[in-house]
Amino acid sequence: MALILTFAEARDGRLRRASLEAVSEARRLAGPLGASVETVVVGPGSEALAGELSAHGADRVRVFDDQALAAYATESYARALAQAIADTKPSVVLVPFTAMGKDLAPRVAARVGAGLASDCVALEVKDGRLVARRPMYGGKAYATVEWAGEPQMATLRPNVFPLRTPDASRPVEVVRASVDASARARVTATTATAQGRLPLTEAQIIVSGGRGLKGPENFHLVESLAEALGAAVGASRAVVDAGWVDHQLQVGQTGRTVSPSLYVACGISGAIQHLAGMSSSKCIVAINKDPDAPIFKVADYGVQGDLFEILPKLTEAAKAHRASRA
Amino acid sequence: MKLVVCVEQVPDTETRVRIAASGNSISEADVQSWIVSPYDEFAIEEALRIKDAKGGEVVVVSVGPERALAALRTGLAMGADSAIHVKDAAFEASDTLGTARALAAAIRTLGAVDLVLCGQQGVGGDHCQIPGMLAELLDLPQVTVAVKIEIGDGQAIVEREIEGARETWTTPLPALISAQKGLNEPRYAALKGIMAAKKKPLQVLDAAALGLDAKALAPRVRITRLELPPPRRPVRMIEGDAGAQAKELVRVLHEEAKVI
Repeated sequence: MALILTFAEARDGRLRRASLEAVSEARRLAGPLGASVETVVVGPGSEALAGELSAHGADRVRVFDDQALAAYATESYARALAQAIADTKPSVVLVPFTAMGKDLAPRVAARVGAGLASDCVALEVKDGRLVARRPMYGGKAYATVEWAGEPQMATLRPNVFPLRTPDASRPVEVVRASVDASARARVTATTATAQGRLPLTEAQIIVSGGRGLKGPENFHLVESLAEALGAAVGASRAVVDAGWVDHQLQVGQTGRTVSPSLYVACGISGAIQHLAGMSSSKCIVAINKDPDAPIFKVADYGVQGDLFEILPKLTEAAKAHRASRA
Repeated sequence: MKLVVCVEQVPDTETRVRIAASGNSISEADVQSWIVSPYDEFAIEEALRIKDAKGGEVVVVSVGPERALAALRTGLAMGADSAIHVKDAAFEASDTLGTARALAAAIRTLGAVDLVLCGQQGVGGDHCQIPGMLAELLDLPQVTVAVKIEIGDGQAIVEREIEGARETWTTPLPALISAQKGLNEPRYAALKGIMAAKKKPLQVLDAAALGLDAKALAPRVRITRLELPPPRRPVRMIEGDAGAQAKELVRVLHEEAKVI
């Protein structure tokens, strides 16, 4: 029977949502591929995560449950995943396109000689083979990608593939595995940079600010609206380059490419490289004083007017909406 | 120190992408200007700063067609000492692994190197694959998406970004590090540098010179179709004064779009 192998990212004994998205997608593909699904988890406490992975669609969970693998290191984790690939000979390997997956997958692909398609936003099966869709040029174009040979390896954009409803009655089969945990490059410290803030790539709602805010002292208007909506904060390249906010917040071709359910662009005119990074969002709201701003061409809802009047009113209305639903 | 920087030439980020008649690539004829991939500029700048502090030489390497020479010239004009242009029609039909193999083979011709730097992502292909593949092929430790690099005695201390946190990594040298925005502010090539670049050593290598046969370069992934994103529906403007606009927007986002 063919096999789909997925890599599940766990940090501090907890699975990232994107790991469950990959398992859910593997389960969906398992039907048309006539395949079973096996998931690899690395790190101490991995075995305890097998139930959650099985409930989301894994038939088998391969655990490298070892204290020596507590901190992510490219070389040891790559060794574990490459070993799992060598042992199971999967036809498909799915890895979340998270910071960890982005670092890990290319190294493993080179080691096992696999073709790798990055940042896929859709997968389907055609004639028993995987076909992927992925953005290029920061989202200005979408490529359909096919593989020659196996394994067909893909990294999946977080927040795009739907989660299956967990089924706790699914059986849990665990395979214990071990690997040499040595690595030359190692993490020696980790500092939280955005405490309580959602990473842009995982947020369901993003509120972004641009030059229309006139100065960094006004960026709090965007932050307040984001807080009221339970959203992550983003920014245009212009304000990042002007030093108003950290570059980690930049949305666009040379920043993060995002696909949230709701993207609210405040005072962002819509340079082509910004539009590339956010135009695959499900719903886009543009708030801008210039009715001819290009951002309105990609927006679903447009609000023409003064940010300094609208944003506080919108924050208030969003808070009231939240309170009424609480 | 011997520092190698891998650079890719890409369409300017302001480019309006058009699809070629083949239906599986962009139309290069419609690209008005080609640039050094922005993340690669951070890598070049970092190499030059390390050279300034520690001494040594910087070699820029690019895999690409004739036009990629301009990207190498930019690197040389910024201050790199020499360049290798890996050029062969065989590379153009290959994939990221083929490109990584070509880069690895070219870097091996240099003998012992201390540090290989890349941009964290080629702007365009957006694969984010070359650094990890190249590190594997060269058997080097890797630290990707670096926002700070400190070179010490035989090691590097590197800060990288992950979701919601910044990690500090320590790696022995030689190593491969990929550059993220925030690492530095790349210099502009001055006229003097541009003039000097023309006299700097430039080596051209093809697949045969690197010992790469058709099997090594056979693509494992290929693009069968490239298309523009589907058009979005026309915008609906929310009218009224600020208060009315705010209330109406929250209503439609909840009731129609169902996103809040």
